[in-house]
Amino acid sequence: MFRKALMASLAFCSQIGIASDSAFPSTYQPLASEPTVIRNATILTGNGRRLDNADLYFEDGRIVWVGSGEAADNSRVIDAEGRWVTPGIIDVHSHLGVYPSPDVDAHSDGNEATAPVTAEVWAEHSVWPQDPGFTRALAGGITSLQILPGSANLFGGRSVTLKNVPAGTYQAMKFPSAPYGLKMACGENPKRVYGRRKTAPSTRMGNVAAYRSSWIKAQRYIDDWSEYERKVAEQEAKNTNAEGTAALAAALNKPPKRDLELETLAGVLKGDIIVHMHCYRADEMVTIMDMADEFGYQVGTFHHGVEAYKIADQLAQNGVCGALWADWWGFKMEAYDGIQENIALVDRPEGGCAIVHSDSDEGIQRLNQEAAKAMARGRAAGLTIPEERAIGWITSNAAKSLGVADQTGTLAANMMADVVIWNQNPFSVYAKADQVFVDGAQVYDRFDATLQPISDFELGQLMEVTP
Amino acid sequence: MRRAVLLLIFCFLGSTSLAQDLLIRQATLHVGDGETIIENTDILIADGRIAKIAPRIPTNKMIQVVNANGRDVTPAFFAGITASGLTDVEAVSESVDSGYRELFTGLMHPEIDVRLAYNPLSSVVPVTRIEGFGYALLAASRSDRGIGGQGGLVRFDGGFSSFEGSDVIFIDLSGHAAKSFGGSRSAQWALIKQAFDESLESDPDDRELLSAAGAKALKETRRAGTFVFHVNRAADIIRLIDFAKAQKINAVVHGGREAWIVADQLKAADIPVVLNALDNLPADFDSLGSRLDNAALLNQAGVTVMFSSGETHNARKIRQVAGNAVANGLPYEVAIKAMTTAPAKIFGGEARLATVGAKADLVVWSGDPLDVTSLAEAVVMGGIPDSMTSRQTQLRDRYLPEQNALPRSYIKP
Repeated sequence: MFRKALMASLAFCSQIGIASDSAFPSTYQPLASEPTVIRNATILTGNGRRLDNADLYFEDGRIVWVGSGEAADNSRVIDAEGRWVTPGIIDVHSHLGVYPSPDVDAHSDGNEATAPVTAEVWAEHSVWPQDPGFTRALAGGITSLQILPGSANLFGGRSVTLKNVPAGTYQAMKFPSAPYGLKMACGENPKRVYGRRKTAPSTRMGNVAAYRSSWIKAQRYIDDWSEYERKVAEQEAKNTNAEGTAALAAALNKPPKRDLELETLAGVLKGDIIVHMHCYRADEMVTIMDMADEFGYQVGTFHHGVEAYKIADQLAQNGVCGALWADWWGFKMEAYDGIQENIALVDRPEGGCAIVHSDSDEGIQRLNQEAAKAMARGRAAGLTIPEERAIGWITSNAAKSLGVADQTGTLAANMMADVVIWNQNPFSVYAKADQVFVDGAQVYDRFDATLQPISDFELGQLMEVTP
Repeated sequence: MRRAVLLLIFCFLGSTSLAQDLLIRQATLHVGDGETIIENTDILIADGRIAKIAPRIPTNKMIQVVNANGRDVTPAFFAGITASGLTDVEAVSESVDSGYRELFTGLMHPEIDVRLAYNPLSSVVPVTRIEGFGYALLAASRSDRGIGGQGGLVRFDGGFSSFEGSDVIFIDLSGHAAKSFGGSRSAQWALIKQAFDESLESDPDDRELLSAAGAKALKETRRAGTFVFHVNRAADIIRLIDFAKAQKINAVVHGGREAWIVADQLKAADIPVVLNALDNLPADFDSLGSRLDNAALLNQAGVTVMFSSGETHNARKIRQVAGNAVANGLPYEVAIKAMTTAPAKIFGGEARLATVGAKADLVVWSGDPLDVTSLAEAVVMGGIPDSMTSRQTQLRDRYLPEQNALPRSYIKP
């Protein structure tokens, strides 16, 4: 209730962040496509439906129908008999480009670990589009991905959502109109990184104090801008004479100073920027949800959430997604209670939003296998999880987490034609993406070397070697 | 499927910890020799060893029966080169005993043996075992002294001293290792060669890099043990092949991302490769040639391939590694061999071939043992069925009930 009231009171503060909305704009253009019919496939729509021996048609980059219908006469026809079709796979947690291959110090651009609050940095300014990892992910069916800053900081900076198309700039990959995310981090990482330097935070309570101090500053920032805009509006209303014009000019000449850090935090409080929070322990996630209530914002997704299964009901009730691993555990204390049923248990309650994420340049190449492992463990624990449900963990739920569920992640009319044709049931170690389409354009083909991009970095390496 | 699991558990509840005769009914048995599958066979286990492999073996009330119902049975898998039982939590340094650094001596220490720190009661061991893994190679991690130390095979039967096979000394030849040891590969090779030469010197005055214990350990491993070299770059592998030949040592390549480039030379030198079949990115300048069919290409050239996932807590991922190798061209039974008998042969110890007389470390799988949707339904170690519980299954069972009147701390699975 408090949150809603605050949101309403902030609704008019549209000036804040106006510059950032137009900064570094997307220049993404879909590649050339042709009307395409995929026939006789097993289709998993991404939102819970499975269609056997069904067809799919897309045209001008958008899906026209799923199941059966009319196709243009000049359509390309792909026979997918015996094969499976899913939405393009989405990874909500990647560091491709910011921690690229080769993993050398000169490429280590993912953590601005010089201060615990760096909400002012944007991951996109670190993205190296020539990271070979993008092409490998494409071969695994990844069509969209969120690039996040690392977790050294309490506020790590803005994320960026990309379409996985080969390009020379990140702007040419930037998902049009996708909201920004803000990376935040709980627990061991920030307190270790800064505690070792004998600076704050060095404890979990220090973490929370620093988040709250930052939100308080952001509230003041919003208030200052609101006050400025109120004055401008007041003067505009009075602007009937020379005196009024002078007063208006004075008001306009004294806007509050723009602050990149607070602009991002204010974007969260206004509901424009989605919070993606690295958090492992169940009790800490509940603390964070209470803090979000205190300041009137919504946590979008907890990432890693190795203990999310312990609070699956609370996550569902609060509408918070859990972006999780299938089986990682034990690498640090807050990951000690990992279980392989975590994803299935977060998926279980009504409204549960489970996502399989990678956080890995290897895992992103086979997110379908990660989902398969989680599905199998859920089934073995007695839960009913058909493939058509589990696919949502790497498609529609992931799209929801990124704020693009109305565009991609589901095979339905008018959605972006982000589509993968698999050689078999994708929930298998032997499954491979045969063809991948982004906005209707074929960007990968397992059998056609001319549709297998390689990055500038890999060109001309090991020239004397022939396999 | 669920019912089958419950049935198996029911059977085990009647078991005692003593090795009772056990009969696995109707197995599809992967022998582990790289080719043989025996369909629809029974396996009789007595005194912890395989006593008979034949169809329709007669049973009696004294024999405990596990019905495989046609499902796959394999020897218990190799968990790779790990720190299982040497590490509880990687970021908790006092719980990590997988290597040494910053010793005050200024020497190389091949005699430092990680097996002395092995703790079979670590939760990592049952977590790994119930996924179908019966043994692993305990490794000494990269040190700042060129030689990491020594380890060897360990069997996951819960014993404090369940070590097998010969001594294995670990040497890291990567660019990363060279950076912290000598500053270059050239310096690294010079010092390693010197250490090997010194190991033959009995007069302490002739040794600069090794203590008496270090010289003895290195000499003994040259005679009867194995050296695992972490090395990825093709050019470095060639140098290693020359070195191994000159020193007359048993060498194994670990990493081997560019091993496919020098597959014929590796075959000629009879040097096996332990690799991660998921490594396909140019992670550094040592591994620009990484590719998914590395295992398949090496196998084609006749090189013995084994797998490691590079993981300790998630060592169980090695099944997925092997499955991906098969998906990229490695013959299926060769992958099973790489997970069962190949490491046993290279590093010594029990043969792990599913034949009469062999120690009965076996796994009944719910489906294809290399697929990600399958899991181990029964793990038999030395003829004794495992409880199939771990700290993780207990956490699961504590949180699986949707409601509980009391706090979950009162649920003790």
